Amino acid sequence: MHPGRRGMNNNEKAKDFKKSIKNLIIYCKPYFMPILFAIILAIISSILSIIGPDKLRDITNLISEGIFTKINLQEIKKISLILLLIYAISAIFGYIEQYIMAVVTNKFSKELRKEITEKINNMPLKYFDQNSYGDILSRVTNDVDTLSMTLNQSLGNLVSSVTLLIGSIIMMIVTNGLMALTAILSSLIGFAFMIIIISRSQKYFSRLQDEIGELNGHIEEMYAGHNVVKVYNGVDDANKKFKNINDRIFDNVRKGQFLSGLMHPFMGFIGNFGYVCVCIVGALLTMNNTIDFGVIVAFMLYVRLFTNPLSQIAQASSSLQSCAAASERVFEFLDEQEMVKEDNLTKVLKKEDVSGKVEFQHVKFGYNEDKLIIKDFNVSVNKGDKIAIVGETGAGKTTIVNLLMKFYDIKDGDILIDNISTKELTRKNIHDLFIMVLQDTWVFEGSIKENIRYNKPHVTDKQIEDVCKVVGLHHFIKTLPQGYNTILYDNDTLSQGQKQLLTIARGMIKDAPFLILDEATSSVDTRTEEVVQKAMDKLTEGRTSFIIAHRLSTIKNANLILMMEDGNIIETGTHEELLKLNGKYAKLYNSQFEKTE
Amino acid sequence: MLKLLKSLGKKQLLYALICVIFVSVNVYLELKIPDYMSSITVLVQTEGSTMASILKEGGYMLLCAFGSLIASFIVGYFAANVAAYFGKITRQNIFEKVSSFGTQEMKEFQTSSLITRTTNDVTQVQMLIAMGLQAIIKAPIMATWAVLKIMNKNMIWSMATFVAVVILLITIITLMIRVFPKFKIVQKLTDNLNRITRENLIGIRVIRAFNAEDYQQKKFEKANEELKNLQLFNQKNMGLLNPVMSLVMSGLSLSIYFIGAILIDRANALEKIGIFSDMVVFSSYAMQVVMSFMMLIMIFMLYPRAAVSAKRILEVLECENAIKDGNVTKGKEVGTVEFKNVSFKYPDAEEYILENISFKANKGETIAFIGSTGSGKSTLINLVPRFYDVTEGEVLVDGVNVKDYKLESLNNILGYVPQKAIIFRGTIKDNVKYGHSQKKITEDNIKDAIKVAQAEDFVLKMSDGYNAETSQSGTNLSGGQKQRISIARAIARNPEIYIFDDSFSALDYRTDFLLRKELKKYTKDATSLIVAQRIGTIKNADKILVLDNGKLVGMGTHQELLKSCAVYKEIALSQLSSSELEKDLKGGM
Repeated sequence: MHPGRRGMNNNEKAKDFKKSIKNLIIYCKPYFMPILFAIILAIISSILSIIGPDKLRDITNLISEGIFTKINLQEIKKISLILLLIYAISAIFGYIEQYIMAVVTNKFSKELRKEITEKINNMPLKYFDQNSYGDILSRVTNDVDTLSMTLNQSLGNLVSSVTLLIGSIIMMIVTNGLMALTAILSSLIGFAFMIIIISRSQKYFSRLQDEIGELNGHIEEMYAGHNVVKVYNGVDDANKKFKNINDRIFDNVRKGQFLSGLMHPFMGFIGNFGYVCVCIVGALLTMNNTIDFGVIVAFMLYVRLFTNPLSQIAQASSSLQSCAAASERVFEFLDEQEMVKEDNLTKVLKKEDVSGKVEFQHVKFGYNEDKLIIKDFNVSVNKGDKIAIVGETGAGKTTIVNLLMKFYDIKDGDILIDNISTKELTRKNIHDLFIMVLQDTWVFEGSIKENIRYNKPHVTDKQIEDVCKVVGLHHFIKTLPQGYNTILYDNDTLSQGQKQLLTIARGMIKDAPFLILDEATSSVDTRTEEVVQKAMDKLTEGRTSFIIAHRLSTIKNANLILMMEDGNIIETGTHEELLKLNGKYAKLYNSQFEKTE
Repeated sequence: MLKLLKSLGKKQLLYALICVIFVSVNVYLELKIPDYMSSITVLVQTEGSTMASILKEGGYMLLCAFGSLIASFIVGYFAANVAAYFGKITRQNIFEKVSSFGTQEMKEFQTSSLITRTTNDVTQVQMLIAMGLQAIIKAPIMATWAVLKIMNKNMIWSMATFVAVVILLITIITLMIRVFPKFKIVQKLTDNLNRITRENLIGIRVIRAFNAEDYQQKKFEKANEELKNLQLFNQKNMGLLNPVMSLVMSGLSLSIYFIGAILIDRANALEKIGIFSDMVVFSSYAMQVVMSFMMLIMIFMLYPRAAVSAKRILEVLECENAIKDGNVTKGKEVGTVEFKNVSFKYPDAEEYILENISFKANKGETIAFIGSTGSGKSTLINLVPRFYDVTEGEVLVDGVNVKDYKLESLNNILGYVPQKAIIFRGTIKDNVKYGHSQKKITEDNIKDAIKVAQAEDFVLKMSDGYNAETSQSGTNLSGGQKQRISIARAIARNPEIYIFDDSFSALDYRTDFLLRKELKKYTKDATSLIVAQRIGTIKNADKILVLDNGKLVGMGTHQELLKSCAVYKEIALSQLSSSELEKDLKGGM
C-alpha cells in the first residue's frame, strides 16, 4: 500500500539490532500463544505444499509406467483426491494463520499506539521542548505501522519461506542427491548475482531518499513563503534550484528503478536455468536408468519451490531491518523517563477552600542542569492581587508560570499556595486551581461549542453563549451558517485574534481561584483586548491573577508589577511607582513613545 | 490521465515503442521455453535419444531464457527512463505553475495540498507508468498469446484453465468490491489519529492545565479502535487472496495431470507420448495464463489511485491564474501610491472587506494604517503588490495602474515585509539578498541593511556572522530576530516604496523604536506604508488612515485624529494614559 515508503524504510538501520528485536519480543509476550499457533500452522501449511510435488510425481510415474499398457486410473484417482485434500488443508491453515496474525498485529499496534499517547501524558514537558512534534508523531503512526506490517506479513512469510527452503532441500536430497546438488548450485549462482544487483540499487534508493527530502524541503519553503518569493522576484531562482534537485532525482529514479526492476526477470531466469540444469542432469540419469521420469517432474517443481523462498527471505530480512529500526524508535520513546509519580501525595486543596495566597520562596530553576534560569525568586502574593510580570524575551516570565503550574519541578526553594507547599500537592490538584490562557491558541477539530466546553460536560449551552458575549465572539459566531455547531478545521474559519478570544472563553468557563494569562491577548487588537480585560477583571474579582504581557498598556492597573531580568526580579511596584523609579521599566515603557526624529 | 501523458516528448514515445517491441520479444521467448521443455521431455522419455540432442534442446531453451532476460533488461531500462522523465517533467510543471500562482490560488488549494500534489501524487502516476510499460503491455500480450497456444492443444485442458481464471477473477473482484472502498477510509482514519496526536502534542500545556488528559485519551482511543477494526476487516478479507490463489494454481496443475492421465489412457498408442509431453507443456502455459490475468488485475487495482492523483495534478496545471501580467516596466512618477475608490471582496464572498478607499502617498511620505482585527488594513496593503486585484476602483503605483505593470517591474519598486517573517534555509546573507533582481547587491549593502534593521548585534554574535546558517523557516532564530532579518531583506533592495504589514509587532518597543529611527535616516526618499497595532509605531506618520469594518473612518496626523476621530481616540486611549494623550494633544510632538 505504501510503495514509496518501503524504499525509505529499507535504508533505516537500527543502532542496536539485537536489543530492539529483544524489546519487541518481550512486548509481544501476551500474544505468544496465538503467534506460536500461527507459526505452527504456517509450518504445517508449507510442509503440505512440499508434499504436493511428491504426490504429483507419483501420478506422472503411474502415467509413464502405464503409458504403453494400461494406466492405473484407480490409483491416480486416489492420489489426486489425497492431493486435493492436502491442498485444501494447506489453504485453510494458511488462511487461519493469516487471520490470527491479522488479529494479533492489529491488537498489538492498537495497544502500542495507546501506550505511546498515555506515555505522552506522563512525560515531563521538558521532553517536548527538546523534541519536534513531527518526530513523536511519526513514532505513533509510521513506526507503529511499519512494526505491525512487518509482523503481519514478514513474520508469516519468513516462517513459511524458511520451512519451504529447508523442506524442499530435504525433499530434494531424499529424492536424489545429485539432482538436489544441481538444483541448489544453479539457483545459488543466480542468487549471488541478484544480491549484487539489489545492493547496488539500494545505493540509488538511499540517495534518492535524501534528494526527495531536499526537494520536499525546498517545495515546502517556497510554497509557504509564496508571497515573499513572488514580491522579491525569487521565482526564477526557486525554479532553478528546483530543476537542479529534480534533475538529480530523475537520474536516481531512473537507475534505481531499472536495477530494482531487474530482480523479477532475474528470478525467472534463475528458475529456468535451474530447470534446464535439472532436466539435463535428470535426462542423463534417466538414460542410465538411475532415476525414473517422475523424479524430473518433481524436481522441476522443487526448483520453483526452492528459488521462491530465497527471494522472499531476502525481502523479509530487509524489512526485518526496518522493523528493528522502527521498534527501536518506539521503545526508545516508551523508555523515556516519566514525571515523578505522585501516589504518595495525599494532601488535597479544594477549590472552594482556597483563599488565594501564593508565595515564592528562594525559587531556583533551570531547564538544563548546569544553567539556572531562575536564580533566586521571592515574592508573596495576597488574595485578590493582580500581578503583572514584565521583562524582555528570555527574562524568565513564562518560566515562573510554568513552575507555579508545576509543569516543571523546581530545583531549590519552595512555592506555597495557601501556605501549603506545591511539592505536597498533586499536579492534577494544582491544575484544578488555575484558569490558564496561553499565547498559542490551541483549537482542536470539533465544533465551537465543543472547543469552549472542552472537558466540562456540565457546562450548559447558555453559559457558553454568555461567555462568548463577554469576549465579543457571540455576534460573529451567530453569523456562521452553523452557529455554535460550526466545526473548526485546521486553518480557515477563525482568525488568529478570534482563536485567541475562543481560548479565553474556554478559560473563563472554568471556575477556579487563580488566573494566569500568559500573553493571552497578544494577537487581539487593543480595543478588543480592553473589553476582554474588563471581563477578565470581573471574572477574577476576589481571585488572584498573574498576567504576562507584551503590551505594557494592559497591565497599568496591576497591584504589583514584577520587572524581571535574567531570572531575577529587578524592580517591583505599581505602574506609577516604577515610572517614578525611572529604571528599566520606565525605559521599556517610554520607548513606545519616543520620537523617530 | 491521458492528458498528463502528453507532456512526454518524442524521445519518450520512442522509448515506449521500444518497450512494446521488447515486451513482445520477451513474451515470445518466454512462451517458446515450454516448447523446448516439451521436446526435452519427449527426448528423455524416448528410448535411444542421444545426450547431444538433449543438450542441444537444453541449450536452445537456455538461450531463450537468456534472451528473454536481456529483453526484460531493455524494457526495464526504457520503462524506468520514461517513468522517471515523466515524474521529472510533471513535478517541474507543477512547481513552476504554483510559482506563478497568486495568493488567491494558493489559498484555494492550500499549501499542504499543493505539496502533496507536487510530490506524492506525481510519484503515484510515475509508478503506474513504470509498471504500466512493463506489466500493462506484457499482461495482455502474454494472456492472448498463451491462450492461443493452449487453445489448439486440448479443449478440456483449456476449460480447466478457464475455470481457474474465472474462480480467481471472482475472488479478486469480490475482494475489491468489499475492501477497496475501505482503503480510502483507512487513510481518513489514519489522518484522524494523526490529527488527535498532533492536537495532544501542540496543546499539551492547555491539556494539562485543564486536567483534560482523560478527555483527549478517550478521543484518541475511539479513533484508535475505529482504525483497528477497519484494518482488521481489510486484512481478514485480503488474507483470503493468497490461500485461494495457491489453491487454484495447485488445483489447476493437478487437474491437468488428472485429465491428462485419462486422455492418455484413452488415446491410441501413437498419440500417447505426444499427449504426455503436451501435458507437461500445457501445465506451464496454463500457469502463464493465470499469472498474466493476475497481473492485469493488479494493474486495475493500482489504476484508481493513480487516476485520482492524475486528476489532482491536472487541477493544478489547468488552474487559470486570476492575476494577469501586464507589460509596463516603468512608472510615470516616483515613489507614489494612490488608491482611487477602491473596493474589495474575496471572490464568491458576499460582503465587501474594503469599501471605497481613496488616498495618495507621495514620495518620501510615511502612511500608516490602523484599526481593529478584521478591519481590512492588511488586505488593503496587499492590493499594492497585487496579491489580490481590486474588485472596483484602481490602485496606482508611480502613477500607473498596478494591473498594467509587468509583475517583475512592479516588484522591483516594492519592498514588502509580511506579518509573519519568512526565513529560507541558507545563510543570513542569502536571506538578506534574496531575490533575482538583487544580483547587484554588494557586501556593504547587505551589512548596512542588517545594521539598519537592528540585526547586527545578534548576527555578529552568531558563530559565522553574516554567513551563519539559517534552518528551514528559521527555527534557529527567535521571532524578533526573524522579523529583523525579514526587514533587512526589504532594506537591501533599496525600494522606492516600503510595505510593512504589521511587521514590527514581534519586536519589543525599544527595538521597534530604534529600527524605525535608523530606517528613516537611511531611506529619506522612500515612501512607506505601515500597518500597525501599536499607536507608538505610527504616531509620527505623515498620514494615518483609520479603518473600521473596511471603511475609512479617519485620515490625518496623530493630533488631528485625536481630535476628530472617535475610533482612533478609542484605540489610543487603550494604549496610552490620558496624561500622555493630553501632552500629545497640546502638540508636544
